[in-house]
Amino acid sequence: MSEPLTPSQTVGPYFAMRLPFAEGPYVVPPGTPGALVIYGRLYDGAGDPIPDGLIETWQADPRGRFAHPDDPRGPVPDGDLSFRGFGRCPTGHDGTFRIVTLKPGPLPFGDGRTEAPHINVSVLGRGMLDRSVTRVYFPDEAGANDEDPVLRLVPEHRRRTLVAVPAGVNEETGQTLLRFDIRMQGDRETVFFDL
Amino acid sequence: MRTDAATVSGQGLIVPGSDRLDLPEYPKPEPGNHPPLDFAGYKSTGLRHPQQPLVLLPQRLTEVTGPLLGDGLITMQDADLTTQHAGEPQGQRIIVFGQVRDSGGRPVPDTLIEIWQTNAAGRYRHTREHHPAPLDPNFTGIGRAITDSGGRYRFITIQPGSYPWGNHYNAWRPAHIHFSLWGRAFTQRLVTQMYFPGDPLLPFDPIYNSVPDDKAKAGMVAEFSLDDTQPEWALAYRFDIVLRGRRQSVFEEHGFEEHRFEEHRFEEHRFEEHGA
Repeated sequence: MSEPLTPSQTVGPYFAMRLPFAEGPYVVPPGTPGALVIYGRLYDGAGDPIPDGLIETWQADPRGRFAHPDDPRGPVPDGDLSFRGFGRCPTGHDGTFRIVTLKPGPLPFGDGRTEAPHINVSVLGRGMLDRSVTRVYFPDEAGANDEDPVLRLVPEHRRRTLVAVPAGVNEETGQTLLRFDIRMQGDRETVFFDL
Repeated sequence: MRTDAATVSGQGLIVPGSDRLDLPEYPKPEPGNHPPLDFAGYKSTGLRHPQQPLVLLPQRLTEVTGPLLGDGLITMQDADLTTQHAGEPQGQRIIVFGQVRDSGGRPVPDTLIEIWQTNAAGRYRHTREHHPAPLDPNFTGIGRAITDSGGRYRFITIQPGSYPWGNHYNAWRPAHIHFSLWGRAFTQRLVTQMYFPGDPLLPFDPIYNSVPDDKAKAGMVAEFSLDDTQPEWALAYRFDIVLRGRRQSVFEEHGFEEHRFEEHRFEEHRFEEHGA
């Protein structure tokens, strides 16, 4: 019989004292070639922005690799450990967040199928006793998304909540913009996962 | 993903001539171990919890990996909250220490712990905080530490205070310290709160009492330790943190029995501890 886990509790509103850090939203440094910006708003069930939420992201590198001992494919090729894979951004007063990153590569699922490029997301905040987990998929991967073993577990009419929406290019930086709004409730409630 | 020979790299296996990836598993917590996302006693959950059924997420590569400190993301440690300013903060000096382990009892080494708390008067240093209690110019209330090879950590800080909040009439939070942990995998991410033994506000606090399982709930209350209290200097509280258990599954065709593999791994950990 194993020990009970330490229970989750809310981050409350004052996580803002500790958890955000200046480089948090930058999974890759600004100016990295090929960087894209995933931005959006976090909404509550009344359609109001959530100003005291925290978005965290975790993803593979552009080749679909993780610098982690539990990736059975072994160390990242070329010894390249520079890709952090982790992003953290508090939501602003208007519920907005942004993560600057590189698009991850596809991943082997382990049964011959392939996972489409995706980013895992944890949503935390005041009024949330535990995190909610979702995923960002990419709009230019329609074919891979159709075959994705995780998306296929999601009722078809809800899958679109997991696919970011193209939002043009930032003319100053040349970065591709993708919009990914997160809705905790409502007609367009984001799909959340039981992990 | 095909390979020509069985390879063991890190802690996973690739089976020859197979598309299979052997990944560790993180079994689900028992029902009632964590609070529900919708909890009427904590009003703000009302509009902030998912209402549609959650979709079961298989634990694959993205789930069983996570940020590691070796990546150089955060290297600065600041585990002494009483020496961050020119003078000493007001209040009762305390030592908060413990072990981070998984539910199988294995220590979780090299993992980041981030904490935040009020000062002795029950006030957070934050612009949104309006509780009319004094700020302490010598106390910020934030710290971080990294667990050692045995999963151990130690902070020096000040006993936090209680403070009122707007959840219901005469609502007061029990004294607590917020803890955020990465663990070693996306599945292990945890944010929790540490409470103090004997706090008279505990029975009235909806956040603490949102946890259905009494034994799990009690695990959020630190234990006073006279043995670790430093004479003439500071009281000590022990707060062990248990993350989701990690189980390495091994394919039947390899002829390994899972429990033998687990024992082997456990021995490695013990060796490290003894060697340290």
